[in-house]
Amino acid sequence: MTPVLLQLLRQPAMAPGLTLADWDLALRQAASARLEASLLAMLETAGVAAALPEQVRAHFTWAQVHAARHGRAVLWEVERIGAALAGLDMPVILLKGGAYALAGLPSGQGRMFSDIDILVPKDMLGPVEAALMMHGWRSTDEDAYNQTYYRKWMHELPPMQHGQRLSVIDVHHAILPETAAARPDPRKLRAAALAIPGHPGLQMLAPADMVLHSAVHLFYDGELDHGMRDLLDLHRLLQHFGGDPAFWAQLAPRAAELQVGRVLFYALRYCQRLLHTPVPAAVSAAADAARPAAPLLALMDSLFERVLLPHHASCSDGLGALARFLLYLRGNWLRMPPLMLARHLFHKAFLSSKKH
Amino acid sequence: MTTVAALSRPELGKRLRTTGIYLQTGQFITHVTTPFASVADAMHLLYADYPLLDAAPFADFHVGVAPPAGLRRWLRPQARFVYDGTHPFLPLPADQAFPMFEWGLNWCVSSRAHTYLILHAAVVEKHGRAAILPAPPGSGKSTLCAALVSRGWRLLSDELTLIRPADGQLVPLPRPISLKNGSIEVMRAYQPGIVMSTPVADTTKGTVAHVKAPSASVARCAELARAAWIIFPRYQAGAPTVLTPLSRGRAFMREAENGFNYSVMGPTGFDALGKVISQAESFDFSYSVLDEAIALFDGLAAAAP
Repeated sequence: MTPVLLQLLRQPAMAPGLTLADWDLALRQAASARLEASLLAMLETAGVAAALPEQVRAHFTWAQVHAARHGRAVLWEVERIGAALAGLDMPVILLKGGAYALAGLPSGQGRMFSDIDILVPKDMLGPVEAALMMHGWRSTDEDAYNQTYYRKWMHELPPMQHGQRLSVIDVHHAILPETAAARPDPRKLRAAALAIPGHPGLQMLAPADMVLHSAVHLFYDGELDHGMRDLLDLHRLLQHFGGDPAFWAQLAPRAAELQVGRVLFYALRYCQRLLHTPVPAAVSAAADAARPAAPLLALMDSLFERVLLPHHASCSDGLGALARFLLYLRGNWLRMPPLMLARHLFHKAFLSSKKH
Repeated sequence: MTTVAALSRPELGKRLRTTGIYLQTGQFITHVTTPFASVADAMHLLYADYPLLDAAPFADFHVGVAPPAGLRRWLRPQARFVYDGTHPFLPLPADQAFPMFEWGLNWCVSSRAHTYLILHAAVVEKHGRAAILPAPPGSGKSTLCAALVSRGWRLLSDELTLIRPADGQLVPLPRPISLKNGSIEVMRAYQPGIVMSTPVADTTKGTVAHVKAPSASVARCAELARAAWIIFPRYQAGAPTVLTPLSRGRAFMREAENGFNYSVMGPTGFDALGKVISQAESFDFSYSVLDEAIALFDGLAAAAP
């Protein structure tokens, strides 16, 4: 049975037909995926939010208060980051949630996230880190191995946390690790980046790149704690940008250019299968060029179609935890060559301090 | 309307172990399941007057108190609070299962119900006017609250003051009053026949027992109240009974510090607190003798507004 939350996300207009018992489950599934406020935004867009039962309305209002607070905090945080980096004379590219929120994209409506992600040129990492430290951020991870791991192999600095506000910023210089097989050229991403209207000095990735980065994050990374939310990001981005035929025409060629064709294939596949996202046939056909062999695809279907569901008992057949673990391994496998991976996992398992 | 009292103790225990019960407290409906007999005992004693909804299609919170999986349950039994399949807190020794249920339910409301500004304070009411008693630890708030309630004040809440932002009205959520350490014996002496759960020792708050909310307060849980006084109580052995006026500005800042969701609410929370502060008079209050404290509160309530 399709989880009721999925039915609602596919087709918000069906909301008036739900019983109170359906809502009880839908709200629990939405809460477990932190999607209540996003769902409300989609119901409002579909014009069906006014007719909700009173108890249901109350739960959405609770979530909305939280989301509004989140929105205020994100604006403030981005403003502080902008102020800290103002002296570097360099555009700051906001990634993911921060970009959706500041640019007022539908995928930002009600979206809850914990970190602000930015993309800067690799040769600016030092000055950026120094400027952030001057303004109160510091590296949260004292572990020497983790510091080396991030600085030598990863596509970002170790996460930095602000001493007073406790907010976390991830400073990226690329969207995939140095050690991964696919190496999307960050210069290409930066060259195509667009100004965020109303926020001088801030940029976001161009539409196709934004979708591809969102897909890379979900289908290349081992961490799928927010799988449903991240898939919904893709769904809402594709719906929003999809009104422009030029966007669709660019998508598959750009994916190939950035070496992430397989990731685009998965993104379109699971958006279509789980959320019924409309995708032009020609785009699906173009993405098919990177389709994996049938046995692998069958395995991926069985893993992703478990892991991308809300982590709620009503959406699990008991294999969810195993699927998450296998995809965690896959994520690490994709990030590093085998020997390095073995060394890394050994270190994480036996040598890193337990609190990490 | 069915209440928990309609179920025998064995029947309540059986329901809690199997399908769970749908319990209404104030305006919240909570679906509760637990295998712990101590929780069923305390609920049978303290929640008898609360509406029980059979086969409710909707609950605001789905909670449980359950033993953690694994061998530990045989070695040194533990209990943990379960919120719809998640475990927001570390497990506690099994004999703390009922206090944990109470704390967990407070957490459900204070971390989610953001339609209200929620302060960590007791609220009691007489003649249509309410006193908010904010609670820095060790203030003796719950003891004072229990004593007032035993002398005819209506209990709105012992822990959670719910303020409706639209008009600053206080929304009742009468639930058991949590007493700690010495105040357990103090209240037993002060109110012979008091209905109280079995004290549980060695919790993070010391020894804890819960006092049943008066039936009349539970029955009037839909009746909102207006704040007339904000009184910061401070119990001090041997202290005289003294009420000292407090400026609105200082009262505002101290109330904001006691807000569970003041920062989440943003401007709405600021306005809501402003409404309450401007409607009420604020005081610091030190006391050591409960009878004198009650007499002073009764005097406030008797005076023309």
